[in-house]
Amino acid sequence: MGADENSPPSPIWRHPFILKFANFIFTVSLTFIGLTAITFIIGRVLPTDPAMAIVGDRASQEVYEAMRVHLGLDRPLLEQYWIYLSNILQGNFGTSIMTTRPVLDDIIRFFPATLELASVATIAGVFIGVPMGVLAAVRQGKLTDHIVRIIGLFGYSVPIFWLGMVALLIFYAQLDWVPGPGRIEVYYDGIVESVTGIILIDSAMQGEWEIFENAFMHLILPAAMLATYALAYIARMTRSFMLDQLNQEYVLTARVKGLSEGAVIWNHAFRNVLVQLITIIGLTYASLLEGSVLTETVFAWPGIGQYITNSLFNADMNAVIGGTVVVGICFVGINMLSDFLYRLVDPRARA
Amino acid sequence: MTTSNTLRAWLLSDSPDSAFQARCQRFYLGWRVFRSNPIALAGFIIIATLLTVALLAPVLTTSDGTLQILSDRLQPPSASHWFGTDELGRDIYERIVWGSRVTLYIVSLVAVIVVPIGLFIGTVAGYVGGWVDNLLMRLTDIFLAFPRLILALAFVSALGPGLENAVLAIALTTWSPFARIARAEALTIRNSEHIMAARVQGASSMRIIIHHVTPLCLSSMIVRLTLDMAGIILTAAGLGFLGLGAQPPLPEWGAMISTGRNYLLDQWWVPTIPGIAILVVSMGFNLLGDGLRDVLDPRSGD
Repeated sequence: MGADENSPPSPIWRHPFILKFANFIFTVSLTFIGLTAITFIIGRVLPTDPAMAIVGDRASQEVYEAMRVHLGLDRPLLEQYWIYLSNILQGNFGTSIMTTRPVLDDIIRFFPATLELASVATIAGVFIGVPMGVLAAVRQGKLTDHIVRIIGLFGYSVPIFWLGMVALLIFYAQLDWVPGPGRIEVYYDGIVESVTGIILIDSAMQGEWEIFENAFMHLILPAAMLATYALAYIARMTRSFMLDQLNQEYVLTARVKGLSEGAVIWNHAFRNVLVQLITIIGLTYASLLEGSVLTETVFAWPGIGQYITNSLFNADMNAVIGGTVVVGICFVGINMLSDFLYRLVDPRARA
Repeated sequence: MTTSNTLRAWLLSDSPDSAFQARCQRFYLGWRVFRSNPIALAGFIIIATLLTVALLAPVLTTSDGTLQILSDRLQPPSASHWFGTDELGRDIYERIVWGSRVTLYIVSLVAVIVVPIGLFIGTVAGYVGGWVDNLLMRLTDIFLAFPRLILALAFVSALGPGLENAVLAIALTTWSPFARIARAEALTIRNSEHIMAARVQGASSMRIIIHHVTPLCLSSMIVRLTLDMAGIILTAAGLGFLGLGAQPPLPEWGAMISTGRNYLLDQWWVPTIPGIAILVVSMGFNLLGDGLRDVLDPRSGD
């Protein structure tokens, strides 16, 4: 840790790691409280009157009052929020009107599909985007650099739901290379026992390779759409991180020592970029988890995004808020985890 | 020729005679840097075209984009209907032209809400410091940590679908980076000598923030805003696509894709063309933003 050996030993709770961890926990809980407070406001305060929404405007005053008491709306706002918060902490998001089941059960059922989609897209984005970014930095100002920049710009600017539709039109309707929307062919549905809920893993574990292939083919297009955005961002950031490193003196030293260009780039410069990339990849993964809403709608992908939008059109507020909170927690969690990892791995941030 | 030469000399003179001349000079020099950057210029041309099209919409079209000619439904692109017609026999070209007004309306409304809020919170936090800074920045961080699209979705679902509510939802999820930037700027400005001078003259904190700190934050705000425009357009289009943004018959591009979805396989132009319009405009804003960053904020150029 580079602490001065002559300094008096400090108590264990003053240890930099413990302090950092405490700060981390504080930030996490604050953000969680903020997240729940805002969804609480959206769900309970903004709609003109939840009790009225349930009983209808022709209900008698007594029925209306009873519903208000039943929903706890007669209590002070702060107390309502406290009840809401403790329910969430116990995993109780209420019951979905649409599926008549606890919202948490629904979320557990729908979430793996989103996880599968976002994970594959992130992996693809990393394995294509990182080399692209490195290449662009090495060939700064040359044609390769401009091509990478244009691809990145396209990824940023394109409406993802539209790109998905065009891809379906070309690769499904015209060329028939991939199957249509959905996660798997109907006749394969339910054959593989759901263990993790991620079809690729479940089918591979049970040796159902035919189903694995079918699921994979279904996954290619939607994952490619999300990966377009992911690789645009990752390539751009990798490029700018690499440029920072390549302009530093240790790179010059390595070159003067007579190292091959490949060794300079990959063993020296790239190694220092890796740490910064952790944060970027975490950010990308988190944004894909939430960004999959539109992609899921286009590809009829039964994930959390589709669950939220479907519930939304059925005025199923419990489901919408529950889904929002869960996605929000994942989003915040991944961001903070990557930030924390970054501090842990980077020797400069540790000091 | 001589007038253009004297104008040039006036713009490049070493010793400007007035504040007005100095301001013109800065603008001219910025423009020269900007002009030499082909990518930024491309963005500028796209956005200038968008503005012109929106302004001249009544001249460029014969109807207001809602005229239905049911005998002409789903016509492919042709000389009489450049981009074809949709399922109600409306000319898609005219709807794209009028849709540019909707897009500009959305982005300018978001900008008008977001920039003052971000500026105010950021400059107050940065200038005042202490617990005020802590409180405001924690609040900003909470919003910064949110998933934007999902929050906008939940917000619109609570308020009910519609253009104005979509704008509010987008604004709610967009203001936080502006506050962060304004704070960072205010922190560096706060200790500069002209602020010191104003304080010694007895100016109140509010006066200093509004008259001396805010103007200096504007250029980085403009850069950030331009770079954010594409994101705003895409979010608005996404909300429109889900049926939560602009409502029919308003020719919003995202909503046009949404209704055109059913005709994708047989009448591809119905959903495809509005998508191209969104792509071009958001790309224009991204290009322009990159260029503006190089001109206005040379420090952060990558």
